[in-house]
Amino acid sequence: MASEPKSKYEPAFLISAYQDMLFYRRFEERVNQAYQKGKFAGFCHLHIGQEAVCVGVQKALRPTDYVISGYRSHTQAIAKGIDPKAVLAELFGKKAGAVGGKGGSMHMFSKEHRFLGGHGIVGGQCPIAAGVAFAIKYDEKDDIIVCYLGDGATNQGQFFEAMNMAATWNLPVLYIIENNQYGMGTDYHRVTSVDRLSKRALAFDMDHSEVDGMEVLKVHEHVSGIVAKMRKKPRPYLLEVLTYRYRGHSVSDPAAYRTKEEVAKFQQRDPILQLAEVLKKQKIATEDELKAWDKAVKERTAAIEDFADAAPKPEVSDLWLHVLAD
Amino acid sequence: MALIQFREALGQAMAEEMARDDRIFLLGEEVAQYNGAYKVSKGLLDRFGAKRVIDSPISEAGFAGLGVGAAMAGLRPIIEMMTWNFGLQGFDQIINHAAKMLYMSNGQFNIPIVFRGPNGAAHMLGSQHSQSFDAMLTNVPGMKVISPATPYDAKGLLKSAIRDNNPVIFLESEMMYALKGEVPDEEYLIPIGVGDIKRQGNDVTLIAWNKMLHVAVDAAKELEAQGIDAEVLDPRTLQPLDEALIFASVRKTHRLVIIDEGWDFAATSAQIADRVQRECFDDLDAPVVRVNSLFVPMPYAEELEAAVLPSVGRIVQAVKDVLYVGN
Repeated sequence: MASEPKSKYEPAFLISAYQDMLFYRRFEERVNQAYQKGKFAGFCHLHIGQEAVCVGVQKALRPTDYVISGYRSHTQAIAKGIDPKAVLAELFGKKAGAVGGKGGSMHMFSKEHRFLGGHGIVGGQCPIAAGVAFAIKYDEKDDIIVCYLGDGATNQGQFFEAMNMAATWNLPVLYIIENNQYGMGTDYHRVTSVDRLSKRALAFDMDHSEVDGMEVLKVHEHVSGIVAKMRKKPRPYLLEVLTYRYRGHSVSDPAAYRTKEEVAKFQQRDPILQLAEVLKKQKIATEDELKAWDKAVKERTAAIEDFADAAPKPEVSDLWLHVLAD
Repeated sequence: MALIQFREALGQAMAEEMARDDRIFLLGEEVAQYNGAYKVSKGLLDRFGAKRVIDSPISEAGFAGLGVGAAMAGLRPIIEMMTWNFGLQGFDQIINHAAKMLYMSNGQFNIPIVFRGPNGAAHMLGSQHSQSFDAMLTNVPGMKVISPATPYDAKGLLKSAIRDNNPVIFLESEMMYALKGEVPDEEYLIPIGVGDIKRQGNDVTLIAWNKMLHVAVDAAKELEAQGIDAEVLDPRTLQPLDEALIFASVRKTHRLVIIDEGWDFAATSAQIADRVQRECFDDLDAPVVRVNSLFVPMPYAEELEAAVLPSVGRIVQAVKDVLYVGN
């Protein structure tokens, strides 16, 4: 079930990957509970089940690389460096939020950490990512940008337009499709002419591949190789990560369009449980230590919620700020 | 002063700004090797090279978005739409992304970008090439909208648009690219949001912009022959609007006719009329009258097209209506 660990991964790396995934799981669970308690409203899309993607990818990047994403991006924002307290406070519509209560669940940003949102128009981030890659090349840097999109975004025209420009001009953008099988409630097979979404790259003579998104080390190793090549020679890349979301499309979606058995099948390959097996097998952590970490993470998320609860709301007059720049 | 065409004025503005700041680049269909569909970017590829003057694929949503991303990463793009009718394909990027980014990011990511190209009807181009998008564009917070009528204004305002730290929509016209006008030899800028009185008058105010300004000026000449002294005001910028100049003119003439190439329903002219009735109610001696395009898709045939667009005849009639003079 669990992949044999690669010797190149130091215990500290494995522990960090595990604790990050665990934290994102518990964070999103707390977000869900807070939503159910009525602490905030609006759309709220959770990443539960997809933690290996965000962690595996982020650990293959460096701080000067950029990340842009769609509307399911709480944990990606945290992975890129935004304080989780600011993410939860943003969900709660607080002034201490990542964007001062102006954005909410779908619109986290950090200029400092080069997290470029948080976008709510499916596929709209794709040409923007090409533009960031254009600027990287314009400035002759060897950074890259990761552009996350879902399987649902792969049928948008802007995705195709973006890939054409990126491939024509050799822009260093890594498009990562988090294929969690469903665009909202629609199984992607029902609305898509190809079986593997990475094949979309063929139309643009672009490099592409797939990777198992339920194993963080596989994701990390695969993405690290792609990124290393992109830094040496700027080119776009389309990576399809096969993953699964355990919850509905949003917190208000009971996901009646799929079976419990299907969800259970993926949960057997849970990325956190798989890495836990590796940690135990390699005697890096005992079952008791894993439990202690989980307890610590839960305490941390509780403290984060306390912070977000206590944080002040924005002033009503703040609504006039940042409509236009000086 | 040099007498140059509108297209040359725009080209000079881009060239001067690109020479001043190497963060500026021009991207659009046919802007580089072809020298621009309307020759606005003539010579820029030779002068600035292929890194900064870039032919795009026919992909408006894509290259509008590429511009937004480049701006997020610190560049200052000029995006040319061959026509704003094509620009409609890029509205998702302009409205959902460029105009929202500063706000959604709580002030972190401003988008210094110019989207420019011809707007409105040219001559016998049919329904899909003759639309005026002023009202749609001015309706959106988070960006500025400029619509000049003379080479002088075009150059000074485009330079300001390129230096602005916000998304700026710059509306031109195929019918004006060959229009000649005096432009100073020395550098100058025209501030965004400041209108200009193009003709002083006392009996009625005509507000018009872009190529309608010239129709309004022609109407003013005809009115003069009939003993009516019209003031012609060009707001030059539609968002933000120079309301102070408009109110001052209306308080002087007490009568207002607005000429607007856009369709009449929820038009830019309707916004101006609303602001004037609110702020100048006691100064008005007649209801504000608007002369807009008729509410139909643009027909092709010459006579039909002419009948849809605001004309000297319709403006003169509107002025007589607000002056209560007989027909």
